[in-house]
Amino acid sequence: MKLNEMTILGLRKLLDKREVTVREVVDDVYGRIDSVEDRVKAFITITREEAYKNTERAQEAIDSGRASLLTGIPIAIKDNMCTKGILTTCASQILHNFVPPYESTVTGKLRGQDCVLVGKTNLDEFAMGSSTENSSFHTTRNPWNLDCVPGGSSGGSVAAVAAGECIAAVGSDTGGSIRQPASLCGIVGLKPTYGRVSRYGLVAFASSLDQIGPITKDVADAAAMMNVIAGHDPLDSTSAPVASPDFMAALGRDIKGLRIGIPREYFIEGMDQDVEKSVRDAIKKLEDLGARAVEVSLPHTQYAIATYYILATSEASSNLARYDGVKYGLREPAKDLIDMYMNTRAKGFGAEVKRRIMLGTYALSSGYYDAYYKKGQQVRTLIKNDFDSAFRDVDVIVTPTAPTGAFRIGEKATDPLQMYLSDIFTISVNLAGVPGISVPCGFTREGLPVGLQIIGKHFGEETILQAAHAFEQSTEWHLRRPSL
Amino acid sequence: MKNGVDASAIMKKYEVVIGLEVHAQLLTDTKIFCRCSTKFGAEPNTQTCQVCIGMPGVLPVMNRKAIEYAIRTGLAMNCSIAPYSRFARKNYFYPDLPKNYQISQYELPLCEHGLVEIIIDNEVKRIGITRIHMEEDAGKNIHEGKGDHSFVDLNRTGVPLMEIVSEPDLRSPREAAEYMKKLRGILRYLGVCDGNMEQGSLRCDANISVRPFGQKEFGTRTELKNINSFKFVEKALEYEIKRQISVIEDGGKIIQETRLWDSAAGVTLSMRSKEEAHDYRYFPEPDLAPVVVGQDWIAEIKKSLPELPDEKRNRFMTQYGLPDHDAELLTVERAVADWFELAVQAGSQPKAVANWMMGDLMRMLNEDNKSIEDVTLKPDQMAGMLKMIDEGTISGKIAKTVFEAMYRTGKNAEDIVKEQGLVQISDTSEIEKAVDDILAKSPGEIERFRAGDEKLIGFFVGQVMKATKGKANPKILNDLLIKKLRV
Ligand SMILES: [Zn+2]
Repeated sequence: MKLNEMTILGLRKLLDKREVTVREVVDDVYGRIDSVEDRVKAFITITREEAYKNTERAQEAIDSGRASLLTGIPIAIKDNMCTKGILTTCASQILHNFVPPYESTVTGKLRGQDCVLVGKTNLDEFAMGSSTENSSFHTTRNPWNLDCVPGGSSGGSVAAVAAGECIAAVGSDTGGSIRQPASLCGIVGLKPTYGRVSRYGLVAFASSLDQIGPITKDVADAAAMMNVIAGHDPLDSTSAPVASPDFMAALGRDIKGLRIGIPREYFIEGMDQDVEKSVRDAIKKLEDLGARAVEVSLPHTQYAIATYYILATSEASSNLARYDGVKYGLREPAKDLIDMYMNTRAKGFGAEVKRRIMLGTYALSSGYYDAYYKKGQQVRTLIKNDFDSAFRDVDVIVTPTAPTGAFRIGEKATDPLQMYLSDIFTISVNLAGVPGISVPCGFTREGLPVGLQIIGKHFGEETILQAAHAFEQSTEWHLRRPSL
Repeated sequence: MKNGVDASAIMKKYEVVIGLEVHAQLLTDTKIFCRCSTKFGAEPNTQTCQVCIGMPGVLPVMNRKAIEYAIRTGLAMNCSIAPYSRFARKNYFYPDLPKNYQISQYELPLCEHGLVEIIIDNEVKRIGITRIHMEEDAGKNIHEGKGDHSFVDLNRTGVPLMEIVSEPDLRSPREAAEYMKKLRGILRYLGVCDGNMEQGSLRCDANISVRPFGQKEFGTRTELKNINSFKFVEKALEYEIKRQISVIEDGGKIIQETRLWDSAAGVTLSMRSKEEAHDYRYFPEPDLAPVVVGQDWIAEIKKSLPELPDEKRNRFMTQYGLPDHDAELLTVERAVADWFELAVQAGSQPKAVANWMMGDLMRMLNEDNKSIEDVTLKPDQMAGMLKMIDEGTISGKIAKTVFEAMYRTGKNAEDIVKEQGLVQISDTSEIEKAVDDILAKSPGEIERFRAGDEKLIGFFVGQVMKATKGKANPKILNDLLIKKLRV
C-alpha cells in the first residue's frame, strides 16, 4: 500500500514508530498528484515547495517526541479559507491574486500542528454550487468516473481525498457542500453543529449556515480531525462557548438500543432506486447492530430548499458586497466609481454567483423583505422545531445524503433548479444548525458511490460518529478505492 | 418671499418642527469590532487590520466597553435599556465602507424612550429621545490634491458610534442649539464622547419641516446633513426654515429630500430626492450574537454615573443660591462646573465667582476659542484675587486688569498687583491731595455742580482716578469728594 492511500491514524502510528518518514509520505502524495491530478483536477494551488519546507519541521517534532495528531500528515484545504501568504481564490476571478495577510482559525490549528499543507482545493465559486462546475478555474472530476462531477461545493477537497492526493482535507458546508460530494465520491464528510468550529477566516457565503468540517477516508479520521479543529474561538462570536469533547472517545462504542429516526418525508416515491436500496440496506445493517429504527416526521421538509435559497442568498448578497475593486483582488478600470464597481463585479463574478446576489438582493428589498426574508426566517424556525421534536424520540436521524449518485458533467449545469435539488437531503440540516455525517453505504449499478447521512442533535457529534463508526466497521464500502 | 411683505410676520405664521439625529463617537481606546486604536490624527491607514479593512473571511467581535458607554448614555438620558438588542446590516456601496455594509442597529436598538431637559426662556422643556443605537463609523474619502484619483483612509472605519435620535420636539433653531449643547454636556460629563464637532466626533443631521400654526399633521420634511460646527446648527436650520416657508408662500411644495449645508455659501443644497434614496436592505447581522444586558450590569453602570448637568444645576441653585440662569450656564460643561466649585471651596463668594466666570472668563475663552481646560489660570488664583477685592487691596476696576493678566500669564493676583504697582490707595491723605489738585483745576465744574448738576460727580471721580492710575479706593474717594463739594 502506498503511503498516500493511508488514513491519518494509520500514518500516525507508522510515523510515531519511525517506520516511515514525513518525507516518504509527502513523496508518495506528490507522486500521486503527479500521476492523477491532470485528470482529477482537484487543486487550484499546489503548495509543493511549502510542503517540503514543512516536512523537516514536522519530522523534527516527531523525532523529539512532540508530535501532535496531525504532525507530518498531508492535508488539503478548500480554497475558501484564508491562508497567510498563500493565494486564496474562492475559485473566483474577483479575488484575482489575493494573498491573505492573515490566517483562518481552522487552518491555523492545522498548520500549528505542523501538518503538511498539500494545496488549496477547487470549489464552486464562493462555495455556490453542487458540482464544482461553477469554479472559474476548472471542473473537478469524480475519481470513480472522470465524466462525472465529484459533487460540490467542496468537490476539490473530496476528490483529492478519494483519489489519494492527500490524506484528509477540510471543506465547508452551507447546504451540503461537504456531505453531498463525500457521498458522491465514496468517502466520509462531517458537517459539525453550527458554532462548533470557528468560521474566522472562512470566506463567508451564508454566515448563519456556513460551517467547516473534515473530509476523510474513514470515520475515525473524521473524529481525529474534529479533535483538532473544533472549539470556541474568541474571534468568532457565533462559535459556541462550549467545551469540545474527545470526539475519538465515541469510536468503537456499540449502538445497541440506539434509536434511529427514519423521516418519512425523505423516502419519497420516485427516488433513485439504487440509492434507496443502499440506504434501506444500511438501515437494516444498523438494526442488525442493535439499533432500533423508528419512523419520524419532519413535516416542513418540502419548504427547505425554498427557505435556504432565500436566506442563503440574502446573506450572500451582503457578504459578497465587499468585492468591489477598491481594496484587493480584481479591479476593472472605468471612468468613474459606479462604473468601476459594475465592470469589476461584472467581470469578476460568475453566472451562479450573480444569480444568487440578485436573488438575495431582491429578497431583502424594501417591500419584499416581509414576504421573503422574514417569512424564510419563520420557516427556518419551523424546520428547526421539526428536528427538535423528532429528537425527543430518537438519538439520530438517518437519510440518504444525496438523491442520486454522481451525475455527468454538464448534465445539470444549465438547470439551476435541478442542481439545487441535489442538496434536498442535506439543506435542512444546515437550516436547523444540527450536525450531519455522510458515510459510504453502497454503489449504484453504474459503480458510483452512495452515501448514508446520519444526523444528530445540536452538539451531538459524538453520537453520529459512534453510529457512523459502528456502521462503517461492519461494512467494507469505505475500503474501496477508485481505479485511476 | 414676495417683496414688500413683512418677512417676520410671515415667518410667525409657521410652526417649526425639528428632530435631530446626532452621531457621537465613543471614547473607547479600541474600535467597536477589532482591537485597532481609535486615536484621531494618525497617518492614513495605519490604524487598520484585516477586520476593519473588510478582508474576506473576517468576523466582528463586540467591544463590550462600547456597549457600556452606550448604556451609560441611555441611562443619563432617561432611556429604557433593552435587555435584548441586536445588530443589523445596512447595505450600501461606498469606498469608505470596506464591507459595503455598515453594522448598525435597526429593529431592536439598545436604548429607547428617553428624554433630555433644556432651558428655554427660563422654562424647562423636555425633548424626547426616540432611541439610541450603536454602529460602526465609516472611513474617509480624500479627493483634494490627488489629481483625478480619490484616496481612502480607513483609520476611522470601525470607530464606535452612537446615534441619538430625538423626537420631533424642537420648535426653533435656538431650541435645537440648546439641545445640542445639552447633549454634548451630558456626553462629556459621562466621559463617553469628547463632543468635538469640528473634528467630527459629534455630528448632527436634522429633520425639519414647517406647518401653519394649528395644523395637526407635520409638513413635508427635509433632512439636513453636514452641519459640522456648533456655530452652524442655528444658522443652517434658520436658512432651511426660511427656504421652506418661502417655497410654500410662493405656492410651491416642499419636496422630501436630503439637503447638504454649505457653510461657505451659507445655504442648503439638494443632495438627493426621496426617489433616489437608498434601499438599505437592513437585515439582522448573522455574524454577531444578540446583545443581552442583564439587570445587574445596568445597576452597576447606574451606580457609576456621575452627577449629571440637571442634578448639578439644581444643586448649584440650592447649595450656592445661584439664579437658575447662572446655574444652568455653569453646569453645561462639567469642567466649568468643577472650576466654579473649586473657586468657591477656596473661600470665595459663589455669586462673585459666577459673575467673573460668566463675564470676563467666558468672554476671553470665547475670544481665544479655548475651553476652560486649556487655560493655566487656576480656581484658587481667582479666589486669591476676589479676596484682594474684598479686603480692599484692589478695586473692582483694577481687578479687571489683574484678572486678564492672570489669565494670560498664569501668575497670582498678588504678584501682578505688586509688579504693576496696582495696590489700591486707601490712605485718605494721599487721596485727599489728589482731590484737592483736581478741584483746584476745575472751578467751573465745581460751580455747575453746586448749581445742581450732580451728575458731574462722575467727572471728578474720573479725573482723580486718572491721576491715581485707577488705584484710589473708590469709597474713600467718593466720601471725600462729596464732603468737599457740598461745603
Ligand atoms: Zn482593525
